[in-house]
Parts: sequence; structure tokens; C-alpha cells
Amino acid sequence: MKSVWTIIRKELKAYFASPIAYVVIAVFLFIIGFYFFALLQRFSDMSWAIKAQMQYQFGMQNLNINEEIVRPFFSIILTISLFIMPIITMRLFSEEMETGTMELLLTSPITEVQLIMGKFLASLIFYLTILVMTVPHILILFSLSKNVDIAPVLAGYGGLILVGCTFLGMGLFISSLTRNQIIAAVLSFGVLLLLGIISWASNFSGPTLGKVLSYISIFTHFEDFPKGVLDTKHIIYYLSFSFGGLFLTYTSLDSLKWRG
Amino acid sequence: MIEVENLTKRYGNFVAIDKLNFTVDTGEILGFLGLNAAGKTTTMRVLTCYFPPTEGTARVCGYDVFGESIKVREKIGYMPERVPLYNNMSVQEYLDFIADIKKVDMSKKADRLDYVYSRCGLLDVKGNLIKNLSKGYRQRVGLAQALIHDPEVLILDEPTSGLDPRQIKEVRDLIKGFKGERTIILSTHILSEVSQVCTRVIIINQGKLIAIDTPENLSNRFDKMRGYREISVKVREKNKDDVVKVLRSVKGVNEVTIEQDCGSSGEYKLKSDVKDEILESISSLVTEKKWGLLSISPVHLSLEDVFLKLTEGQKDKPVASKEKEGEDK
Repeated sequence: MKSVWTIIRKELKAYFASPIAYVVIAVFLFIIGFYFFALLQRFSDMSWAIKAQMQYQFGMQNLNINEEIVRPFFSIILTISLFIMPIITMRLFSEEMETGTMELLLTSPITEVQLIMGKFLASLIFYLTILVMTVPHILILFSLSKNVDIAPVLAGYGGLILVGCTFLGMGLFISSLTRNQIIAAVLSFGVLLLLGIISWASNFSGPTLGKVLSYISIFTHFEDFPKGVLDTKHIIYYLSFSFGGLFLTYTSLDSLKWRG
Repeated sequence: MIEVENLTKRYGNFVAIDKLNFTVDTGEILGFLGLNAAGKTTTMRVLTCYFPPTEGTARVCGYDVFGESIKVREKIGYMPERVPLYNNMSVQEYLDFIADIKKVDMSKKADRLDYVYSRCGLLDVKGNLIKNLSKGYRQRVGLAQALIHDPEVLILDEPTSGLDPRQIKEVRDLIKGFKGERTIILSTHILSEVSQVCTRVIIINQGKLIAIDTPENLSNRFDKMRGYREISVKVREKNKDDVVKVLRSVKGVNEVTIEQDCGSSGEYKLKSDVKDEILESISSLVTEKKWGLLSISPVHLSLEDVFLKLTEGQKDKPVASKEKEGEDK
């Protein structure tokens, strides 16, 4: 466990010693902030319009802030994550292979599993740091309205963490395949995006295959979380994909050994 | 300390090392000599558990490199040919990380760090970023990295490559300082390095072990294989033919040639039988004639010649070609 912690510390230091981390965080927060502002603006405009209408019409309902702001807010975090995750994971193994430090790690008295867990947890901590920076937006919502429910928010974050694990697991695996960081990033992005949009194929494939494809899709499983629904089906989906990514990474490192 | 048995490593059809057998005792400094791509690095990587062998076994401190690889790794300090450094770390941060990853006891960590700083001469650059270090310092950090967990075995892959002469000397002195204290395997293709630093030499070519012995024995052994002894004599005397005649008259001398003609003096090469000790009779003869004896010495094959002879197509008997004078400095 101590070895894992050593790797985590080293990776976190590496993240925050390079400017990439700060650029990624800044761009992420800027886009999120802009989108959040746009959502709020639209919501308040529409609310005023509806209030005006209500004077003449009976039975009109107020807008639901959970549906109009919380849900799209989590969706945009997910979308932007898709772009930044490959950048978080690309260096994890590629850089070590490129600089030759892989030889150091693989001849040190730590196991591959400890190495992989250390790297995975470090990238997860980095991702959580970014997620924490989105909490103020939610707090602003709570301060503005009494109608915000806590359940969808908590479930939403839970969902984001699960999706994050999946993205990071995949990215870690792809990073272990190549010594070129750019290739690792582009490949990870391609794979994640494909897994996200693969459900589109259900439009033209047969009904059975379509069902399978939409089940594989990363995005469709996320939809329930910001509604405040915790379905074990989705949780198991993400956990198994994360574990699959980590297992593939292990196999990849092991085969690296036998190939020489 | 290190036992290697029938060690073989294949990449597909390519045989990187082929049935290596050797042992290294505690406190020895073993030199691994071979051309590029001879299998030096591959052997070292198997010993350091970077990858497992295709066939055969290797044991370090009694632990199998495949079955008990974590134990082996704890015993070994390894410096790969390409020194594995994190450029964005400072020397201090780097060695701190290495100490942790190599499981150095918390109570001993500070002492070990102080030890490697002073032993490897890193005190001045502790706070510097590794990417700003010169090649010599990078090499030293690499060595410090290998030493930090007080390993019983040190494996160094071309520790002096790319260094300037002074740095080479420093690194060699550092390595020599460990003689008897730790077991060391180092690879190199610089032959003088081997004769200066190592207690034993392994010559390896195309993955096969060709010879294993002390540097002196290797030279002697090939003297015998050559079938004759060679002596170089330098005499101050203008009449060269006279000198040749006198030298030729010594018992056991079969052939005398003028190697170099410097006017007032000359250098002569004598070939004699292996058995006869003729240095004394030659020197007394020369002084008797009142010629100035400038130098007299037996010419051994240098390690370089031995090496070239062993690696050139591996002929049955080494053919004496052009010999060089003494050991290269």
C-alpha cells in the first residue's frame, strides 16, 4: 500500500509541476462557467415569461430548476470530461516508456498491480480535484432557489466519478500501448467518443444489435444519474468497464515484459 | 551471489543470449565485455527482472529472478544504459522518490540520502532540476539511484558511456571503491576500463559466452595459444646489424627484427620459445657490449587483441596478426 501511495505522490507532483494541468483546469472551468451562466440566464428569462403568462392563464407550472439547470450542467461536465480525460491519462505510461523510466519502475521492488493502481488513483484524484471546482456552481444554485433537490446532485456527482473511472481506465490502457503521448491522447479520445456515440448505430442496425450497441454506450448509462436515480445496472456497467480497462493495462504491461 | 544457468533469451527467432553459464562471487567486480548488440544489456535485464528469460535460470542472492522477482529487485541496484531520470524533478525529489519506491526504511532514509549525496558528489546540485544537469551529473544521479537502498548487488550498464575523461575516471574510482564491499556487474566496450576496474571478465559475442577469466589470465592464456613469447628491446647503438647478430646468438631466440630505427638507437623485436626465460641473459649481454639498454619488456597481447581475436568469426586458433605494444592506456 505504501508503494501505491509513493506512486500516487509522484504522479500528482508531476501533474501539478507541469503547466498542462493548469491549462486543462482553466479551460475546463471557463467553458463550464460560461455554460452555467447561459443556463441561468435562459432559466431566469423563461421564468419571467411564464410568470407574466400566469396572470392570464391558469394551471401553468413553474419551470423545474432540476430539469432545466442541474441536468444539463452535469451533461456538459461529462462532455468536457470526454475531451480532457485523454490529456490526463496520455502521459501516464507513454512518458515513462519514452524517457526510459519504465525500466526503473519495472526493476523496482513494486508489482505491476501497485504501479497501475498508483497511476490510476493519481489520475482519479486529479479528476476529482477538477470536479470539486464545479461544486461552487451548484452551491450558487442552492443559494438562489429552494427548489433544488440534493439527490440528483449527489447522484450526478456519483455518476461523474463512475464515468471518470471508466474514462481513466481506458486512457491508462491506451497509454500503455504507445510511447507517443499524442497518439495515446488521440486514440483515447477516439475510443471514448466511439463508445459514447455507438448507440447511434442502433438506428440502422438490427433490433438485437441495436439494443446491444446502445447498452455499450457510455453516455446512455449516465442519463439516469442526474435524475437522482441510482440503478445498479449502470453502476455495474461503469465499474466493469473501469476494471476492464485496468485489467487490459495489466495485460499490456505483462506482454511488454515477454516481448522484451 | 549470482548464479546463471543455461540462460537463454529469444525474441521471436532472434537469439539475444544463448545458454549463458557463469557465477559471480560476493565482492567481485565482473566486467561484461562485448560489441554492441552482443547480449550484454539483455543479460542484465534478465538479472534485474526487467523481463524473464526464455529458458534457463538465474539466481541472485539465492532468489530466482522469475519466481521471487520482488526479493531479487530489493537486492539489486540497477543503472540502465539510458539513465532513467525524471527531468522535471530536482535531484532531491528524485532520490527521495527512489528511496520510497525501493522501500528504504524511514529511519534509515536520511542517512542513506546523505551517503549517496556525498559518495556520488551530488551535494552541490541537490536542489537543481535534473533536466539542467550535465551528462556527468546525470550519470552520477543514476549511480546514486542504484545505490540508495544499500543493495548487495550492483548492475551497471555502460556506466561511463558518454562521459569526458575526467568524469570517466571519477566514475571508475567510485566503482573501484566498492570492491569487496558489493558484488558488481558492469558492462562496457571500453577494454582498458575492464583491465583497470574488474576482477574478472566475461567476453560475450552474439549472445554466446566466449571467455571468462581475470584480465591478466586472459592475456597470458593467449600468449600460450600463440606459441611464442615476444620481447621488445630498445638499445642505444648505431650499428644495427651488429645488435641483431648479438641478440640472435642468445639461446632460445628464434627471430630478431628491427622494429624502429631512430638513428642513434633502435628498437628490436625478439621472438622466443615460451619456456625460456631470456630477459636476464639479454640484458647482461647488452651491458657487456657497453651498449645503452634503454628498455626491455615482454610484449603481451593486450586485452584489445584478445577481444578482437575472440570475436572475429571465432576461428579455432587465434592467428597472430599485427600486435600492439603493451596495454593501451
